[in-house]
This record gives sequence, structure tokens and C-alpha cells, in this order.
Amino acid sequence: MEQFVMNFTVTNRLATTPSPRVCGVVSSGNLEVLVESGEPEDTCRIDVHTPAEGFRDIWSAVLRDFVERQPVGGVRITINDAGATPAVVSLRLDQAIDFFRSEKP
Amino acid sequence: MNVKPINYFEASARTRIACLVDPESFTEFCPPELRHISPHLVRLNAPVAFDDGVMVGRARLAGHPVLIASQEGKFNGGAVGEVHGAKLRGLLDKALIERPVAVLLLVDSGGVRLHEANAGLIAISELMRAILRTQSAGIPVFALIGGSCGAFGGMGIVSRLCTEVIISEQGRIGLSGPEVIETVKGVDEFDSRDRALVWRITGGKVRRALGDATRLVGDDIGAFRAATAELLDKHAGRPLNSSDLDDLTAAHSNLSIRAQRYDTARDGRIIFQEAGFTELESVALLPVDDFNRQLEGSP
Repeated sequence: MEQFVMNFTVTNRLATTPSPRVCGVVSSGNLEVLVESGEPEDTCRIDVHTPAEGFRDIWSAVLRDFVERQPVGGVRITINDAGATPAVVSLRLDQAIDFFRSEKP
Repeated sequence: MNVKPINYFEASARTRIACLVDPESFTEFCPPELRHISPHLVRLNAPVAFDDGVMVGRARLAGHPVLIASQEGKFNGGAVGEVHGAKLRGLLDKALIERPVAVLLLVDSGGVRLHEANAGLIAISELMRAILRTQSAGIPVFALIGGSCGAFGGMGIVSRLCTEVIISEQGRIGLSGPEVIETVKGVDEFDSRDRALVWRITGGKVRRALGDATRLVGDDIGAFRAATAELLDKHAGRPLNSSDLDDLTAAHSNLSIRAQRYDTARDGRIIFQEAGFTELESVALLPVDDFNRQLEGSP
């Protein structure tokens, strides 16, 4: 297992503090993304737990792209990965942040 | 209510709950942000899930208060570990205090999580006792089975302890899974790649014909909801009579008769035949409504 944290500084902050949301399932080729409020308003913190070791460069590229697409501050994202491909990770992150912002039950 | 059919089989555990219960009525206990993860998987360096593969909570279904659990079959085959089992058992204990109309278990599990060995086995035995305790307090427990993992191993036993078992054609109930039997006893005993055979032995239709399941429904969350609502209406307001010795003796004698009757049965076709179906080859293709009509219309 490889674990690391990446902190991004972003300018957009959320006007509200939505309740935590989880998206996806920890199963082969998939991942689970938990989005929570509570970080400093200019920070997007992403914790990654992945069983695939040695792909940190790819993770940081995928996560940087995500933060550029969806610059949301004041959130902490935690990922439980089970060997998802970069495309799946990107889609799941977008889905999770949309779900989080929508505040739909 | 859902108008558009939503595959029960394909849906995630969370989607199943969301589409099954009354809108916005679900409150989750031990939600993912509390991170009740498995300490065993962490020690083994294996991926963990925030909810340990099961969500539990309180909801309403057709207005009836229920406690509900849903296993995620895609996380480690829905297998029961220590935390996962404790959440299920805790839910059943809570039923004694809250007295819902029923406890609903959305089972999708291969049984005990092998990574957690004894802790998983103990969890299953606690769960079995908790179900009996809940039932003897007059609260029915329903099993809903229609996921890809079915209800096997310990969860097969747990499901058969339930007061009502609602299953889809895709759902399965068994003890040892087909692959396990083939590995141990050889392909002549059970060819696990013969999917039609696997379903004729463990699948929803044969379980309904045997009486192991009390309802057979289509692979649609709306159909599961309708059947559950109907059974909740049936049980609401009339507390379950806990089984007395006579009931148990009768159940045991029925099981002995069944074991003798099907002693040499090698295939579910014989069960369909005994249940009154005439065109045995077409049973697998019968739509659920026709199947139920023929079964319930038979002597």
C-alpha cells in the first residue's frame, strides 16, 4: 500500500459547508472517494491510499488536472483506491465533487 | 416511487437503499466519514472501505419505520469481517430498542471474510443469535437477495433464519459456493462453469419453489420495494409470534421429509417438477409473474 497527501492552494471557496459525501466502491479497477468540508478555505487536501505502488507521478498529474478543473477550497478528499486507471479516477473525482456541491440527499 | 426500472443486480449497496426506501427518509449510522474501517485489512496492507462494505441505518418504507442494512458485494465479495459484522449485529440490537416494523437485510455476500478468519466467523454467529433474539422480541427480519454474490456461507444461513426472504431470479442462496464444491469434490460433483446448472441449484426460482424464499420478484428495485411494502403491511401491527417448541418440531420434520424426498435429486428440475411445473425446460425462461402464478396456483 502506498499512502500520501497532496495539498493544493486554490482561489475558489465554497459558500456553504455541505455534508460529507462518498462516491464509488472499493472494488478491482474502481475507487471510493470521500469529500468533506473543514479544511482552510484556500486549501484542497487530497489523501490517497492505493495498493498500486510506484505510480505517484501519475497520481499527482491526475490530481493536479482535477484541481484545475474543479478548484474547490475548504475540502478534504480521501481516496481508497483498488487499482483504478487514471481516467476512472478523474471521472470519479468529478462525480464526487458534483455530488458534494449539489447537497442532494 | 420509482417509475423507471432500476436493476437491483447492477446497483451499488447505496443505490439500493436510496431507491428502496421512502425519499429522504434514510439516516445512516456509522457513516463513511467516521471511518470505521477494518483493522485487519490495514494490517494485511489490503484496500479498506470507509463503511467496511456495509451501510446500516434507519428509514421508512411505504411509511413503515424500518432498520435497514445493505452489503456491498463489490467490496471483497460482500464478505463479513469484524467491523462489518458488528455493524449488522448492532443494527439488530438497536431493533430491540427502537422496535421498527421490520429489520431489512439487503444481503449480497459470499460469507465470512477470509482475511479476518475467526473474527468474521464470530461475527456471523453473533449475527445469527441477534436475528433469533430480534424475532423472539416479535420483530420480523427480512432478507432481500438479488446481488451478484447472492447469499452464501454464513450469510446463506443468516438469510434462511430470516422471517421473510425476497429474492430475484438472479439472486442465489447456498452454503458452499459452486466453485468451492468443484474445487473440493471435483467437476463431476458440480460443474461451476455450467451457469444454468448453478442457477437451477442455487438460484431464485428454485429457492422459491422449495419454499426457501417467500417471494420471487423481478430484477428491479421497484419490484423489491413493492414486495417489501406488501410484507411490511402484513407484519405491521401484529407482532411476530416467536416460535414455540411445536413450530420448531414441525419445521424440523418438514426438513427431514424434504431431505428424504430429494435425497437422490441431482438437479433443480426435479424440484420444479414436484412443484407442479410441466414444461421443465422452459421454467428458466418463464417471466417472474408467470412463474409465481404457476407456482402459487399449484397444489
